[in-house]
Amino acid sequence: MVALPWILLFAPLLACVAIVLGARKSKPASTALAIGGLVVSFVCALQALMHAGGEHPQIIQSSLNWINLPGLLLEFGLLLDKPAILMSLVVTGVGLMVFIYSTGYMKEDRSYTRYFACLSLFAFSMLGIVLSNNFVSLFIFWELVGASSYLLIGYWYEKPSAAAAGKKAFLVNRIADFGFLLGILTLWNISGLGGHEKTLNFVELAHRIPEFVHGGLISSATLSVAAALVFCGVLGKSAQFPLHVWLPDAMEGPTPVSALIHAATMVAAGVYLIARTYFLFWEAPQALIMVAWIGGFTALFAASMALVENDIKRILAFSTLSQLGYMVMALGLGGYTAGIYHLTTHAFFKALLFLGAGSAIHAVHSNDIWKMGGLLKKMPITGWTFLLATLALCGIFPLSGFWSKDEILAVAFHQNKILYLVGTLTAGLTAFYMGRLFSIAFLGESRVHHHEESHGHHGGIHESPWAMTIPLMLLTIPTIFGGFMGFPEFLHHTTHGGIHVEFNMTVAIISSIVAIGGLALAFMIYSKGMQPSAAAQKKLTWLATPLTRKYWIDEIYRYLNQNVQQQGAVFLGLFEKYVIMGLFANGMAKITGVTGLVLRRIQTGRVQSYAFMVWIGFAAIFLWVFRWVQ
Amino acid sequence: MGIPMGPVSALVLSPIIGAILLMMVPQGRDKWVRWIATAFTAVPLLIALHCVYHYDKVLGGYQCLEKISWIPTLGINYQVGLDGISVVLVLLHSLCSFTGVLVSYRVQKRVKEYYIFYLLLIGGVAGVFASLDLFFFYLFYEMAVIPMFPLIGIWGSKDKEYATMKLTLYLTAGAVLALIGLSIVYLASGAQSFDLIFLERYLMQNPLPTQLQVWVFPFLLFGFGVIAPMWPLHSWSPLGHASAPSAVSMLHAGVLMKLGSYAILRIAMQLLPAGAQFWMPWVAIIAIMNILYGGFVAMAQKDIKFTIGYSSSSHMGYVLLGLACMNPVGLNGAVLLMFAHGIMTALAFAAIGHIYDQTHTRITAEWGGLARQIPFVSTLFIMAAMASSGLPGFANFVSELLIFFASWNVYRWSALAAIFGIVTTAFYMLRTVRTAFFGPLNPKWAELKDATNFEKIPYLILLAALMIVGIWPRSLLEIISTATPNILAHLK
Repeated sequence: MVALPWILLFAPLLACVAIVLGARKSKPASTALAIGGLVVSFVCALQALMHAGGEHPQIIQSSLNWINLPGLLLEFGLLLDKPAILMSLVVTGVGLMVFIYSTGYMKEDRSYTRYFACLSLFAFSMLGIVLSNNFVSLFIFWELVGASSYLLIGYWYEKPSAAAAGKKAFLVNRIADFGFLLGILTLWNISGLGGHEKTLNFVELAHRIPEFVHGGLISSATLSVAAALVFCGVLGKSAQFPLHVWLPDAMEGPTPVSALIHAATMVAAGVYLIARTYFLFWEAPQALIMVAWIGGFTALFAASMALVENDIKRILAFSTLSQLGYMVMALGLGGYTAGIYHLTTHAFFKALLFLGAGSAIHAVHSNDIWKMGGLLKKMPITGWTFLLATLALCGIFPLSGFWSKDEILAVAFHQNKILYLVGTLTAGLTAFYMGRLFSIAFLGESRVHHHEESHGHHGGIHESPWAMTIPLMLLTIPTIFGGFMGFPEFLHHTTHGGIHVEFNMTVAIISSIVAIGGLALAFMIYSKGMQPSAAAQKKLTWLATPLTRKYWIDEIYRYLNQNVQQQGAVFLGLFEKYVIMGLFANGMAKITGVTGLVLRRIQTGRVQSYAFMVWIGFAAIFLWVFRWVQ
Repeated sequence: MGIPMGPVSALVLSPIIGAILLMMVPQGRDKWVRWIATAFTAVPLLIALHCVYHYDKVLGGYQCLEKISWIPTLGINYQVGLDGISVVLVLLHSLCSFTGVLVSYRVQKRVKEYYIFYLLLIGGVAGVFASLDLFFFYLFYEMAVIPMFPLIGIWGSKDKEYATMKLTLYLTAGAVLALIGLSIVYLASGAQSFDLIFLERYLMQNPLPTQLQVWVFPFLLFGFGVIAPMWPLHSWSPLGHASAPSAVSMLHAGVLMKLGSYAILRIAMQLLPAGAQFWMPWVAIIAIMNILYGGFVAMAQKDIKFTIGYSSSSHMGYVLLGLACMNPVGLNGAVLLMFAHGIMTALAFAAIGHIYDQTHTRITAEWGGLARQIPFVSTLFIMAAMASSGLPGFANFVSELLIFFASWNVYRWSALAAIFGIVTTAFYMLRTVRTAFFGPLNPKWAELKDATNFEKIPYLILLAALMIVGIWPRSLLEIISTATPNILAHLK
């Protein structure tokens, strides 16, 4: 059993290495290796699930000493407990769908094998985050996820926008990791309180931190600083405000990659980190409040930007941001189970949405929803599965999203009424923008020009190949039934802290009304053509500008980058050139040169002046000796 | 009658013998020249691997000692040997010099003379790491500096005359400062010995007066600090990197710069512990200047070799910070980073050299989209850039992590700034990668050739070293850590 987490983790890495070393030229071999590796992981995760049931679930922990120096023992270890099992099932399950889908989507790509190598690396890194048993291991994989996302987002690196997006994702995450690393170091010190040997092991810390707090060894304020620093890492990976900027741009990657990054991996990592270190956040109430507010704000903020977006993938990206905000808010309000529950269900239906969007893009060759239209008829599998996922995202009974979203809203209702309102409003906005997306892209008449359609690729729009539609159909299963699979029960009592709130009928009814209202409104406007009057539209433009410009946040960052960071660099560059090199080094050389010029004058070559010097010297020595004798 | 030569002497003398042999090769036999150079650097590599593999971790201390009495009246002996730190640095050196010889196969101009100087340089550097006698230490140190002058001046590019002049003057000035310091230590100790092992023990029992140590320490610190390179004495270094031919840049940034920090650790800190106690907090501040200043100046560079050059001086700041911590984790981190950074820079300069030889420009913006045209070399450069940015899986990450842990409780503000340094590194490295390798291919470079199978060998050797140590750092840390207690015993 001890080998289980190791196989689970390393199978995709082996696949990646094998592709790089042996299968770079062969598409089928690389496909088989990548999918095979992930299947092995998936089976291992299932195997672990079998043993996780019952009263006393088995927790597997296995580690080896990675660095062993006097005063610093760092282990590389894995922990397979219930949250880890659940997450690895999600990662490998959704990952598998994405891998299979990619065989169809990327079929014609010239770097097909590189794509699968990167995907496998990505899956490995993400599983590492899920399974790590201590902060340092987790940080290692945290960085590897950053790097592999860099490779995948910038996969079409010849496209300048893709190369820039990959870079942006990596850098934004790096800034976040600066805080995260400080948090790790702070915790490392905290763990040594009371004469304990310092550690970064999660299990060990989960014991110690509550003990320290209750024993009065540490104030909750100090702990909140550590928690806030760790939360910095979450801001980056889970793209919470103000570090959300990389995520919409990350749509430059191939669509299956977006599905992977936005559903089951990477962005989920941040939320998972809070859950993994919940013992810390729970004992740090100030930090927890901050987490809740940032989550709530991001949820509303991102949903508002989705309202006016026309790129199908970007709408989904903003939706991801918004839903992540939900999860973060839930965790911040104490809803540990609710947060992870939503993370799980969201992974399925968001993957389905992205893969469906990819299927539509594959057919239409555009990301613009206004260039689609009527796809439900032309691509029934894509259309109907997309509809199901949309309804799940909006939280329509009895789909999976309904249950998890409702649990979050119930927690919010219980804990903080303002955030409950924010959550409900976000639910309404979500329903509206998804309704808008679906009405424009899938209902109505096709907007693809007829001549394009007939002369276009393979004669018109048609359903995608089986490799792409089968994953779509498979993903509908958890999308529909996710609410009945017992996720919340599975997670009970798996962490220190967290509150549990019973199902609340009022909340459920209100959120359902809001969701249906939002969908209906969007349907009326975009499908039935019930446009508001021209005057009202004009007023709305005023409102829409900040939304389309994404509240100018990118502009602010660009300004800071160009005017503060880059100008600083240029200034120091000039300082180096003119002060250090010019004044300091070359100045020294000048002085030497000038001294040489001056001293050269003494070497006149005339015997008389030399004799004169000799006499002066002699007189000086004589005087000095004379004085000394006196 | 056998030659009484142990492995360490063989390691040091092999390239020198190679250089002498090369002098006898008739002009124009470039193939012979290359093969001789390869053979006489392969031998040290094998010896270094042997020494690392067979280093007795339980025993620790200096191993493979050889001693020949030379001028007994002055206490000068030829003495060489390796401890856990120098054995790792010797491995770094032989990896960089062997791969440097392979990379230099592209050199077409005055091949024989090039290799003669190159082998002399290699022998000198190896001698510094192996010497356990101050006299020979200094001798080899100077021997390493001198061949740089013709190597950059003749085979270099762009501002090569200015660069080589500046480099030689800086390094010589530093060496003179250090020499003053060394002489004072020798005279003040009263031990009548240049023997480093003996001096260490002698000075531990009869330490120099604290006041004197505090006065002498800066001579050694700044004297050796020039080559480290310590801010603000660094400006020779990026220029030197940039103007040197690729293999010399590899050795220069990869190994030569480490001589400075090695000498500070081995001589200044070990012989003048009280001086170190006094000055090291200042070094922690200088280190931050190195890291952040170097990082920001690197951002402003347009020439890719200058970017890497300033990056090197930035990363040497981490080494200085690690040394300044004066605790086991810090010293281990510093030595491991010397190794990691050396390999990583060698990799980067090899790749840059491959491209420069064909494009004849080093302005990053003039490259563009090379990843499609020359995937292998581009990938390797990107990996080096990633390693430099502190990506896990490469040795740089482990060593920087160790330095963060070590400095966090000693110099909190320096640690903060150092951790921020990884953000700046990522900024300029990713920008360089993006500009040079991504985006559409600049049509000018449609004829560029990727590395042939033979040319791939040096890259793969370096990459393997970087990743093996990165994934399993204990492979080297267990050896390095045998040497640190001895040094720290002095500092207590």
